[in-house]
Amino acid sequence: MIKMQNVKKTYPNGVQALNGIDLQIDPGEFVYLVGQSGAGKSTFTKLIFREETATSGEIYVSGKDLTKMKRRDVPYLRREIGVVYQDFKLLPKMTIYENVAFALEVVEETPRNMRKRVMEVLDQVGLKNKARFIPDELSGGEQQRVAIARAIANYPKLLIADEPTGNLDPDTSWEIMKILEEINASGTTIIMATHSKEIVNTIKRRVIAIEDGLIVRDQHRGDYGYEA
Amino acid sequence: MKLRTLKRHFREGFKNSWRNSWMTIASIGAVTTTLILVATFLVLLLNINHIADSLENDVEIKVLVDLTATEEEREAIGEELESMSIIETVVFSSREQELENLKSSLGEDGDVFGIFDDQENPLDDAYIVKLTDPQQTVPVAEEIATIPKVSEVNYGEDFVQDLFNFNNYARNIGLVLIIALVFTAIFLISNTIKITIFARRKEIEIMKLVGATNWFIRWPFFVEGLLLGILGSVIPIAALVTGYYYLDQNIETVNQFDFITLLPFSPFVWQVSGLILLIGAVIGIWGSVMSVRKFLKV
Ligand SMILES: Nc1ncnc2c1ncn2[C@@H]1O[C@H](COP(=O)(O)OP(=O)(O)OP(=O)(O)O)[C@@H](O)[C@H]1O
Ligand SMILES: [Mg+2]
Repeated sequence: MIKMQNVKKTYPNGVQALNGIDLQIDPGEFVYLVGQSGAGKSTFTKLIFREETATSGEIYVSGKDLTKMKRRDVPYLRREIGVVYQDFKLLPKMTIYENVAFALEVVEETPRNMRKRVMEVLDQVGLKNKARFIPDELSGGEQQRVAIARAIANYPKLLIADEPTGNLDPDTSWEIMKILEEINASGTTIIMATHSKEIVNTIKRRVIAIEDGLIVRDQHRGDYGYEA
Repeated sequence: MKLRTLKRHFREGFKNSWRNSWMTIASIGAVTTTLILVATFLVLLLNINHIADSLENDVEIKVLVDLTATEEEREAIGEELESMSIIETVVFSSREQELENLKSSLGEDGDVFGIFDDQENPLDDAYIVKLTDPQQTVPVAEEIATIPKVSEVNYGEDFVQDLFNFNNYARNIGLVLIIALVFTAIFLISNTIKITIFARRKEIEIMKLVGATNWFIRWPFFVEGLLLGILGSVIPIAALVTGYYYLDQNIETVNQFDFITLLPFSPFVWQVSGLILLIGAVIGIWGSVMSVRKFLKV
């Protein structure tokens, strides 16, 4: 699914965010990215999504060589990847339905399929009955579920979640994790950056720890490993 | 692109223009002002060009034959002129005709020439020559002057040269001004729309996240620009049509010189209107599409 070889990223301001990452993530895996603030977790996810380009090294995502990818091909890569952020990134003036439909409109889905798929994913995250609400009328956890619904609407093979529970209380976080596990169970690869010791230590999955832009630990069914 | 998507882009474009109505009005104002100036320049330029063209076509070269020339020599000059490819027509005018012309062109004052009889006629036989390309008048006249027994070549040199120079100047300055105006308007519109894009920034960011192509994002702006351009050309075109109609109707009463004629109302006005609409659309679309450029880089 993802392969990186000696990937380095230096931002234009001179910050060396990644200093030589080698790794492979197979289809269907669930991977936690852990590490202190500023370690390079978000930078790592941005490279996969091609929000940033690597300074050197090679990156392959579902068979595509991102270092050679032309700019006009980037949208098609992104359609194969769902993204979820800490701050949800919903459009405040649109309804929940419209927020999710947005992702399908962009790929020119037919209206009939669009309606069907939007209701399907809203059902999957348990928000079918709130389709007509606007984001402000929803709790944080519900908003994050909308964001997840939007991210999976296009049947992505890969879901990237950058601190999806960062703004949520523990109970709500567990709800989100349950949904992510379900998505993973249906075959979608998930990469999740997190600071939550409880989640990592409870739902045991592969853990990749990053420090100063390097992988310092890569464990199957690993621990969080830091004092939270 | 599917038709449904195109419809969506149009709907979004219209919606955005409506939602950001002050921006729309400001942009339309910029287009309108620009196009009024552009239309004025165009009307002036094209008419100056037209007048210069018709004057140019009136430019003649008068080749005077030396008094000492024999009849053969005189005809040789005529044949020589005929053989020059740049020369369109050659008309011979005898000295008697020349005197008649002079007298009649001066009207009553011409009677003073009545004192000359044929023997005392001070004028020469002449060939009156017209060129296929009047711009070549000066070099051709110089060439003609080298033909034997040609005593003088007249073509009102200063006037001709001044006319050509003025026409070229006017054309160049006018074009530069029009281009400068158009780019100023594009810049103005792009900056006006950019202000409203900050509000739409999040939307664009999210569109990029879910894999929208740059053109998918640009299209509504394209539509919006087109709308601004078209709405911005309404007043200039109306002003052009009524203004030119009025000018066309009244020019005769003030026009002392019959060589100054305006381009006829139709089709001239419709052609310029089309051009104005086109320039308006280009300004609007270019300005609008340029304004999103920075936000597409993610
Ligand atoms: N756009 C940017 N321009 C310049 N430097 C950046 C940029 N984004 C991140 N950095 C720097 O790169 C380093 C890694 O940042 P990154 O966001 O990847 O860390 P992180 O592991 O996600 O941290 P956190 O847990 O706080 O989210 C940091 O030193 C950060 O300041
Ligand atoms: Mg981060």
